[in-house]
Amino acid sequence: MTPALSISHVTKTYPSGLQALKDINLEIRNSEIFALLGPNGAGKTTLISIVCGIVTASAGAVAVDGFDIVRDYRAARTRIGLVPQELNTDTFETLWATVRFSRGLFGREPDAAFLEKVLRDLSLWDKRNDRIMTLSGGMKRRVMIAKALSHQPAILFLDEPTAGVDVELRRDMWALVRGLRDSGVTVVLTTHYIEEAEEMADRIGVISKGELILVEDKVTLMKKLGKKQLTLQLQERMTEIPAGLGDWHLQLAADGNELEYSFDINAERTGISALLRRMGDLGVGYKDLNTHQSSLEDIFVSLVSDRGGSRP
Amino acid sequence: MTRLAFNRRGVGAIYRFEMGRFRRTLLQSVVTPVITTSLYFVVFGSAIGSRISQVNGVSYGAFIVPGLIMLSLFTESISNASFGIYFPKFTGTIYELLSAPVSALEIVLGYVGAAATKSIILGLIILATASIFVPIRIVHPAWMISFLLLTAASFSLFGFIIGVWANGFEQLQFIPMLVITPLTFLGGAFYSISMLPATWRAITLFNPVVYLINGFRWSFYGVSDVSVAISLGMTLGLLGLCLVLVTWIFKTGYRLKN
Repeated sequence: MTPALSISHVTKTYPSGLQALKDINLEIRNSEIFALLGPNGAGKTTLISIVCGIVTASAGAVAVDGFDIVRDYRAARTRIGLVPQELNTDTFETLWATVRFSRGLFGREPDAAFLEKVLRDLSLWDKRNDRIMTLSGGMKRRVMIAKALSHQPAILFLDEPTAGVDVELRRDMWALVRGLRDSGVTVVLTTHYIEEAEEMADRIGVISKGELILVEDKVTLMKKLGKKQLTLQLQERMTEIPAGLGDWHLQLAADGNELEYSFDINAERTGISALLRRMGDLGVGYKDLNTHQSSLEDIFVSLVSDRGGSRP
Repeated sequence: MTRLAFNRRGVGAIYRFEMGRFRRTLLQSVVTPVITTSLYFVVFGSAIGSRISQVNGVSYGAFIVPGLIMLSLFTESISNASFGIYFPKFTGTIYELLSAPVSALEIVLGYVGAAATKSIILGLIILATASIFVPIRIVHPAWMISFLLLTAASFSLFGFIIGVWANGFEQLQFIPMLVITPLTFLGGAFYSISMLPATWRAITLFNPVVYLINGFRWSFYGVSDVSVAISLGMTLGLLGLCLVLVTWIFKTGYRLKN
């Protein structure tokens, strides 16, 4: 089956000499939500801009639904909807005029009923005759989504879609994106909010310093790289870990009041039972215990910092 | 999904969008230039016309009408087209245009078509206004329409280029104010270059605007200071030059794409 998006050996070097992308290879499957994570300046927006035709790649090829973005740019672009990061709107136009313009620009026949549905889905229908300049920031963000959806794209790019929006609207957008995916639309989103990727994405790509350092199914990624930590609150403060507990590679924390044990959640034996037994044998008592599983954020920070990058 | 050979809906969307702005800013788009031109007409026609009865067999009042229309056509075509493409650059909405399945030709057709339409409408309004003050005849109506269309298209293309080139609103005004208006005033909009001393007449012949105004004036009254063939050649040459520049802009992405 033809992938929704195929990126082969794409590089981008700006005239200033900055190499924004280094040999990017990526395939996005149909009807999936793909989250592209990366710190500021990692190359996320450059990559999206190349696919959408706003930035020209220095080398490599990109195909949307099998159509080359240069040779078959019309067919490729007709399938793409883009919601950029910045709130760039036709500020003096009415909402209705701007979505009609977007649909026409992409070569679609007028369809008032479809546009009405898009605006209703985004809770914008009541504002259709208002000038965009009178709308709130959150509404403007939804206007941009409405414009991108107005021509019924097969693949939707959301560049930092929930940057600066409140929690409620963020949840609404997540629901909208899931609804789009369920209706067959492929969604590629870049985000600073790892919670967003964790919540929504089917697959995750991590980009750092222009390199795609990882592409993985979200669940697999969290299984593969996720670690669980057991924290034991000790009854008595400890100055050093007894030699008898050396097999577990424990860490002392909280000024010697806690013992931490990291274990692999996928391992057949976690070693917890044996540890607790040995502690009993050695007379090391504990008041409480809890476990913590690493989040996608922990995984991401670990991945990027290994490469000398910064947090998103 | 159908494959687009020519995105006529895209061209129509740009055209309608631009014409919508024209309607929304009707006062600024139509009334202001009409009042300004009428003032030119009253001042030049009354003050100077009272001292000059006829130029090349045409009453002075009627003689300046083609020049006034041309002055308006030049400035409005440039202003409309440059603003049309500069504004999306300024607001950032240019991303949509660059990511849409529209070719360079279709983008130019939409923006330049709308800008040319606006300035032609304005030119015709000025013509109608002028006809209230002085009797106007059009000896070669087909040529008059041709010069009107060609000049509006050429200067709208030129305006489009300025809009792409400009990095600020002041740059949008720079060429129309400091180049086009002086060239028009010195290009025989309000006088026949035969009235100038020989040296100045020779210098004026290097001003391309002279040929555009004279060609247009010839279509009205059948009189011209220069060869009509050269006038037509100059108009077509300007159009061709602008087309080459626009093609280069889209080929290289100059100030549009990274």
